[in-house]
Amino acid sequence: MPDATGLELIAQELREAEGEGAVIETTFFRARGSVEIDPARVRSVLARLRERGYSFLASVHGVDYYPHEPRLGVHYELLDMARVDRITVKLRVRSERPEVDSVTEEGPDGPGWPTADHQEREVYDMFGVVFRGHRDLRRILMPEDYEGHPQRRDFPVGGEPVAFTFNERETLGPM
Amino acid sequence: MGAPTPTDQPGISEYRRREQDVTLEPVRRQLAERDGGGGSGEELLTLNFGPHHPATHGVLRLLVTLQGEVVRDLKPIIGYVHTGIEKTAEDKAYWKVIPVVERMDYLSYYFNAMAYVGAVERLVEVEVPRRAQYLRVIHLELNRIASHLIWLGTSALDLGAVSIFLYCLRERELILDLFEMSSGQRMHTRYFQVGGVMEDIPGGFERKLREFLKIMPERADEYGAILNSNEIVLQRLRGTCPLDADTLLALGVSGPLLRAAGNPWDLRKADPYCCYEDFSFKIPVGTVGDNYDRFAVRLAEIYESVKIVAQALDGLPEGPHMTEDRKVALPPRHELATSMEALIHHFKLVTEGFRVPPGEVYNAIESPRGELGCFVRSDGSSKPARVHMRDPSFVNLQALSHMTRGSYIADMIATTAMLDPILGGIDR
Repeated sequence: MPDATGLELIAQELREAEGEGAVIETTFFRARGSVEIDPARVRSVLARLRERGYSFLASVHGVDYYPHEPRLGVHYELLDMARVDRITVKLRVRSERPEVDSVTEEGPDGPGWPTADHQEREVYDMFGVVFRGHRDLRRILMPEDYEGHPQRRDFPVGGEPVAFTFNERETLGPM
Repeated sequence: MGAPTPTDQPGISEYRRREQDVTLEPVRRQLAERDGGGGSGEELLTLNFGPHHPATHGVLRLLVTLQGEVVRDLKPIIGYVHTGIEKTAEDKAYWKVIPVVERMDYLSYYFNAMAYVGAVERLVEVEVPRRAQYLRVIHLELNRIASHLIWLGTSALDLGAVSIFLYCLRERELILDLFEMSSGQRMHTRYFQVGGVMEDIPGGFERKLREFLKIMPERADEYGAILNSNEIVLQRLRGTCPLDADTLLALGVSGPLLRAAGNPWDLRKADPYCCYEDFSFKIPVGTVGDNYDRFAVRLAEIYESVKIVAQALDGLPEGPHMTEDRKVALPPRHELATSMEALIHHFKLVTEGFRVPPGEVYNAIESPRGELGCFVRSDGSSKPARVHMRDPSFVNLQALSHMTRGSYIADMIATTAMLDPILGGIDR
């Protein structure tokens, strides 16, 4: 694991390369380091971390920080298999315009992470974060005609009609 | 007047209408362009495979584009058994989340519980007694064997070897009996608790477990002997649908699939948790990463798991099976009659549950299918603000189209079997 100093070094390096605003915050919690970054820099920050050895993107998942703004978070869990070292890259976007660049495809600002394909779709499905440049950004777990993003904290549990029951009375025949 | 066409039905949504007269013209055109303006002379056929098909290992739907018998494109469509477990977990106290996360990947329930419980233990910073850790290892590895047995049985079924399915279920039954002894349940046992395990193993468990450890390697030898001398199975596995380690890593694939391609990445060795550093075991790896390697690696893992369980049983330390921290763990039953403190703790734990300091933790373990990561965010209350499982089946499924493109449809069946997807884990 990068220790607290190692984490600061990485953050410093990112700030030097990407500009002062690239790294918003660093957290060292329970022996794990994480950096919160400017959402606009996600592709280049991940590319730089890949050059440092964090070449395996273990997980991409969403978080809802309701009621705080910027509300919607996306976390990227990076893993360096050679040094057995993990770092979390976090970003937060505002709920009125939840957009962030997709990291799936290769581009001028870095190589792609094909593993993020399904996981970005899941974050879109569950939280409504739109990943710009994703080739096939559709719902993945919920039905395509579902309304709302169920993992948001203000999405109510229950109270929705059961699927495929719209013509239940006709199809069952006389009861 | 005939039956109403889908478009006549009232109350049907745009999406359902589209689903009911789905046309695959765009895919066909795209593929025709790629293959040189449709000059191949063979028509492309798009086949809907599943969701209800015994060879999909669950409710998995594959949209397969075929040219003759060759798979040209494959798109997995998932979500049929999505039950919103992550959402449900946000509405429950931390210790009541354990039974719901166990139901995600329904063949490796101990692993789901371990990933979640480990994450919460990191947040609470609770020390788990060594005896509890050893007991966890015993159950985890038994569960790995049980999971691999189901995989082996159903995969052999797909390849036309029917009897092996019955043999595998026979051995799995022994493991489930052991689970029943230690926890009272055969599946979804809720045996792992925050801070330890629910109960110590009962008398007689050790004897039954030793019997099993003696039987299992012999039986695994038999499976190997049956399948490795079955010409049909070998022809369907050897050299089919290989994928190299670099592509697998880019796709985020871990576990036996990655090890079959020659990369010995295993979290039990690389980043030991739960006292795995105490045991000596080997990591089976393959060479070319074809279906045979995937089969061989998993079969070899059964022997290694047997070794780990035997070592854990021999070295099982004495001591408590649950942490002494009364803020997290329920007090023993007999204390309730004599101690007011214990009664208060019991009441608080059962009604509200324990509070967890705010923070975010990602805890990864090696499940039978790869890296199983559990992300837990706490906002300081007694219910988690977010629980997310990075399920290996969900991520590994992305590799299926890369593996099968350009191979025969029969190889696709074999590859789906060797991928070992568990739809409960994919859809959660």
